[in-house]
Amino acid sequence: MSLPISLEHVTHAYRTASGPLPVLDDLSIDMPEGSFTAVVGPSGCGKSTLTRLVAGLMKPDQGIVRLGGQPVTGPRSTVGMAFQNPVLLEWRTILQNVMLPLEIVASGMSKTQQQDRARDLLAVVGLEGFEDKKPSELSGGMRQRASLCRSIVHRPEVLILDEPFGALDAFTREDLWQTMHDLRREESFTCVLITHDLRESVFLSDRTVVFSARPARAQKVVEIDLGDQRGLDDLYAPRAVELLAELRREIQIAQGRDVA
Amino acid sequence: MRSLRQVGVPLAAMIAFLLAWELLVWANGWPNFVMASPSDLPPAFARYWELFLTGSWQTLWRTMVGLALAVVFGILLGMIMGFSRLAREALYPLLVGFNAVPKATVVPIIALLFIGQHDLNTVLMAFMISFFPIAVSISIGLSTLEPEYRDILRSLGASNTTIFWKIALPKTLPEFFGALKVSVTLAFIGTNLMEIISPHGRGLGALFDSGRTNADYPLMFAVLIALALLGIALFYVVVFLERIFAGWAERSPG
Repeated sequence: MSLPISLEHVTHAYRTASGPLPVLDDLSIDMPEGSFTAVVGPSGCGKSTLTRLVAGLMKPDQGIVRLGGQPVTGPRSTVGMAFQNPVLLEWRTILQNVMLPLEIVASGMSKTQQQDRARDLLAVVGLEGFEDKKPSELSGGMRQRASLCRSIVHRPEVLILDEPFGALDAFTREDLWQTMHDLRREESFTCVLITHDLRESVFLSDRTVVFSARPARAQKVVEIDLGDQRGLDDLYAPRAVELLAELRREIQIAQGRDVA
Repeated sequence: MRSLRQVGVPLAAMIAFLLAWELLVWANGWPNFVMASPSDLPPAFARYWELFLTGSWQTLWRTMVGLALAVVFGILLGMIMGFSRLAREALYPLLVGFNAVPKATVVPIIALLFIGQHDLNTVLMAFMISFFPIAVSISIGLSTLEPEYRDILRSLGASNTTIFWKIALPKTLPEFFGALKVSVTLAFIGTNLMEIISPHGRGLGALFDSGRTNADYPLMFAVLIALALLGIALFYVVVFLERIFAGWAERSPG
């Protein structure tokens, strides 16, 4: 199960001591069911605000966020989230960490079913044999893998990734990109990925939305027409290079720099 | 090898300390009414062992009750301050001021307030002196919880109670036990303060006081040793509990 996400004319401002700080300005995006949308844009342009709106952790000042046609009014159990900080609970084993969302939402599942589900996912991301380790015994990349498993263990319809690969070294990051493709083949969800890495957006997404500087609008939507079977080598194929160049130009425009 | 070192090294340090003490008294030729030496202590223990046992028990249970109150009250207060910014801003100066008052000055006030209620006074003193670190540690632990920890559960629609039990409380346990180690010693001091200062006291503090009025210096020093042993025992009970409940926070050496 996955649900389409749509934002319709969403405008939002934070109230600060020095007056309102507009972050989103009349933002409209459609993300079809099962699609993978990357959002890139200048620092501090309101990308994370978008994730909190979609997750129902915040309400927009104006406009509507819809999941499957229904307006989002608050948090819902069919959403999964992963952040740059893997936020694993140090006192739990990896398996217990992955099972955490099931303790909240899947009361119908037996303990054994929950464990099996978590174990299956850990196997997909290559963490077989690490189920009983504590997070402190794992490397940064492995912790992030566990965090990804936790974000989808309850079979969410919508997966929100807020720069989950941002703090990893380049090689580990590329490994996790592959893992993300593996997970997408196994599971069904509509995914929003916030990222600063243009190669990441080209490698993972079906379409990449470029945000303008704050207050953010959808400045450009770039369809990433590279097919479903992507390898890292494909990032160096002519079409991918073209897409990267286009995204880079858009980011420069968003940053307000002159483009020759 | 490891266990030998764990037991042997502290034991050797203790023996060295006692020898140095004995040597100091002997070298200065101090008589008993100036300073007792370790060799005076066993006779004092042998003579008053019954008083030591009852006194230790009285000191111990009142410290524990006071500490238990401090834990309950400290956690509640810490939760209020940790979750509500308004409460934190309102209560912090009050608490700091309260904590800054030397507790010896509070003893006569409490003693007058509840005349003759020696047990209650002592428990109250142990409680008052020891809840502060617990309240502060819990409130800091809760207010510095990274928002992502909250969001992973909140985004699933979990209630604040669930977030508290599943994440906030366990995450705060290492800080809590750090504070408890301070508090257990403080509670102990509070108990003794009341026992020594207030008239007609009980417990080891009263035993110390009777040693003082009778100029029985070996008894006074024997009480000090008994207090130290009791304090060490209480401290390691907390360490033991910490291993059980917050052992995950301990990094393996190296």
